Amino acid sequence: MSDHEYTPKSKFGKWFNDRLPLLTLASHLTDYPTPKNLNYWWTFGGILTFCLITQIVTGLVLAMHYIAHADMAFDSVEHIMRNVNYGWLIRYIHANGASMFFLAVYIHIFRSLFYGSYKSPREIIWIIGIIIYLLMMAAAFLGYVLPWGQMSFWGATVITNLFSAIPLVGEGIVTWLWGGYSVDNPTLTRFFTLHYLIPFLILGLVVLHIWALHVPGNNNPVGIDIKKPSKDTVPFHPYIVIKDGFALLMFMIVFAFFVFYTPNILGHADNYIEANPLVTPAHIVPEWYLLPFYAILRSVPDKLLGVVAMLSAILILAALPWLDTSKIRSAVFRPLYRQFYWILVADVLILGYVGAMPAEGLYLLVARVATAYYFLHFLVVLPILGYKEKTLPVPLSITEPVLGGSPNLALAKNKENFKD
Amino acid sequence: MSEKKTKRRDFLFTATYAVGAVGAGAVVWPMIDQMNPDASVKALASTEVDISSMDPGKTITVLWRGKPVFIRRRTQQEIAEAKAVNLKDLKHPEKDEDRAKNPEWLVMLGVCTHLGCVPLDQKGDYNGWFCPCHGSHYDISGRIRKGPAPTNMEIPEYKFVNTNTIKIG
Repeated sequence: MSDHEYTPKSKFGKWFNDRLPLLTLASHLTDYPTPKNLNYWWTFGGILTFCLITQIVTGLVLAMHYIAHADMAFDSVEHIMRNVNYGWLIRYIHANGASMFFLAVYIHIFRSLFYGSYKSPREIIWIIGIIIYLLMMAAAFLGYVLPWGQMSFWGATVITNLFSAIPLVGEGIVTWLWGGYSVDNPTLTRFFTLHYLIPFLILGLVVLHIWALHVPGNNNPVGIDIKKPSKDTVPFHPYIVIKDGFALLMFMIVFAFFVFYTPNILGHADNYIEANPLVTPAHIVPEWYLLPFYAILRSVPDKLLGVVAMLSAILILAALPWLDTSKIRSAVFRPLYRQFYWILVADVLILGYVGAMPAEGLYLLVARVATAYYFLHFLVVLPILGYKEKTLPVPLSITEPVLGGSPNLALAKNKENFKD
Repeated sequence: MSEKKTKRRDFLFTATYAVGAVGAGAVVWPMIDQMNPDASVKALASTEVDISSMDPGKTITVLWRGKPVFIRRRTQQEIAEAKAVNLKDLKHPEKDEDRAKNPEWLVMLGVCTHLGCVPLDQKGDYNGWFCPCHGSHYDISGRIRKGPAPTNMEIPEYKFVNTNTIKIG
């Protein structure tokens, strides 16, 4: 954090800032020293902020036209699509925005996994991030129920029934969640309320996430601690602002492609059929961003253990800073971890694929192997790797590999001291 | 002197925390309980079904408390099949007699005990029901035979009002 003293230039600015130091905060944010080697994988924080604001703004205006009632919800969504001015655009942005949000968050998470951004001293940033991710999944699920189509209804039935796996109190909890003996109108109205609430909880957590980030500062592709501010850093504005802005524009091209050219490709046709409590669609699958966890749920033949495995798969991420025993952050200097990293990426993609396929035969076998490997990666591979792996020498500063010249680290370190 | 004062304060603190905790609980409980089924939901507790037009081998699905209920008039062959099953082969052992008091009529909740989907009629490896969601197979008595569901499909409370009418609930 740049702890420099800031004094506003104008008299009014000074008067105001003495009473509420907003200008000091703005100055901190613009001057915030950022590692100068941040690559484009670091732009997804900004992109995610954009996604959150987009969902809140489009959601707010959709709520002006949507009716949360079991008899009217489906029709009100069609009303938005056909009658409301630009309703189709706003709804397609909101629906595809959810997918774009998850696309960005997965890149953001895997960026952290590659460069070790979850390690000391950034554990709290990471854990807040996992909570945000959990809330995102909750918001996405609740929002998917609101159009009251077949997938909405049966998705809600299956997911709420996960709680019935809890011994003794499970059935009571499910009835309480439903407000009845099945998913029905009371369920829909409370889901709407919670769907409206969660984005604001996420917004609050994003503030904490960034606050916690600004204490140690950004990790960077080399993964070393750097002095701030120093010749290894650049001010956030304009350097990072312009880079984030450019990446955001590229991201918006992808976003716009989905909204304008294939707005329904990420959804399910069944959700354009109104909810019917007597008929389950032949093939229920969640949205693409939940498929890996769905595959884990289905790969366990026991109901309670399946639910436990699915939740553990997410919660195990919170323990990651302590499961990864290596002191080296960046995978650039960890030749073995780098390979396991890519195996994990492939493993999660495979889980996503089999999650979309019927749970039988070869698919089930593959899902079981991939589930076992997922847990093996976090519980066995990472703890052992920290002790066994022979890591590559890490540079002393970001500048050193480029300008330091000397392969002799001791010499380079001396040079560094002279310059300071 | 000072010791006495501390004791008085300790009492006040403890009493305040205790009253505060009870008060918080009393305020939180209504907030939680409001989500449980309300009076209008509970009022829709029973349904009467006319079964006079059902031939053997036919299943109808009726809605009870927002959930589907299967009513199947089983054939003699199906009844024999259901009774012939060895209880040791069952994940959730229940005799067919206990599930269908009148063996010709099987009345059960058409809700898979895994995650609540509606199983499909006359499908699966056991000539009964098959849940398309996660692949649970049920036999002609609605007992779980294969797949992730932990228990047999539930039998609701019902009675024959007369030969042509079943009252569920």
